[in-house]
Amino acid sequence: MLEIVSQITLVTLGIALLIAFIRIVRGPTLPDRIVAMDLFGVLVVGIIVVLAGWSGVRATLDAAIVIALIGFLGTIAYATYVERGDPQ
Amino acid sequence: MTDVVIAIAWLSGAAFALLAAIGVLRMPDVFTRMQASTKASTLGLGCLLVGAALQFGDLASLIRVASIGAFVLLTTPVAGHVIARASYIAEIPLWEGTVLDERRRDSERARRRLRSGPDPRP
Repeated sequence: MLEIVSQITLVTLGIALLIAFIRIVRGPTLPDRIVAMDLFGVLVVGIIVVLAGWSGVRATLDAAIVIALIGFLGTIAYATYVERGDPQ
Repeated sequence: MTDVVIAIAWLSGAAFALLAAIGVLRMPDVFTRMQASTKASTLGLGCLLVGAALQFGDLASLIRVASIGAFVLLTTPVAGHVIARASYIAEIPLWEGTVLDERRRDSERARRRLRSGPDPRP
């Protein structure tokens, strides 16, 4: 049963990634794209966690920790860039 | 029994993540998109983490899963706040149906108070 459940979960998370990617492509302003990138990072962490639980490889959780950290730092850096404005 | 709990946790987590993505696509504004994505994605990732912790069921992976959860719970509100503040300062236009802009109201009030001070400079 868990096989089917994890496949359904992964497909749903993939659809969510696709929708977030549509917002990244379409987003009228830069902060829209930053919000969608932040969501992208959280969704990738979720996919990695489900894959770790499915395959039973415990070391994959460390990759999820690292990706969560990098996503947060990237969001903060982009927000600082937006706040400072265009360097003219 | 544990399998049923894991299945419920994973399916509800995936559903919340999908709702967050749909909110990011459908909401009209940066600020509403931000609030849709941060809250729903935090809840969805929490459900996925609970399912993974039950699936492993030992202490080493429980500690890792709990540290991911604590980190996401700490950083997602900070990231949302920073994005919202930066986009307000960069004067991203609000949705035309916005009824309350407390930051503009407060800053205008502070400016008026400064202007009516005891020593008005030219």
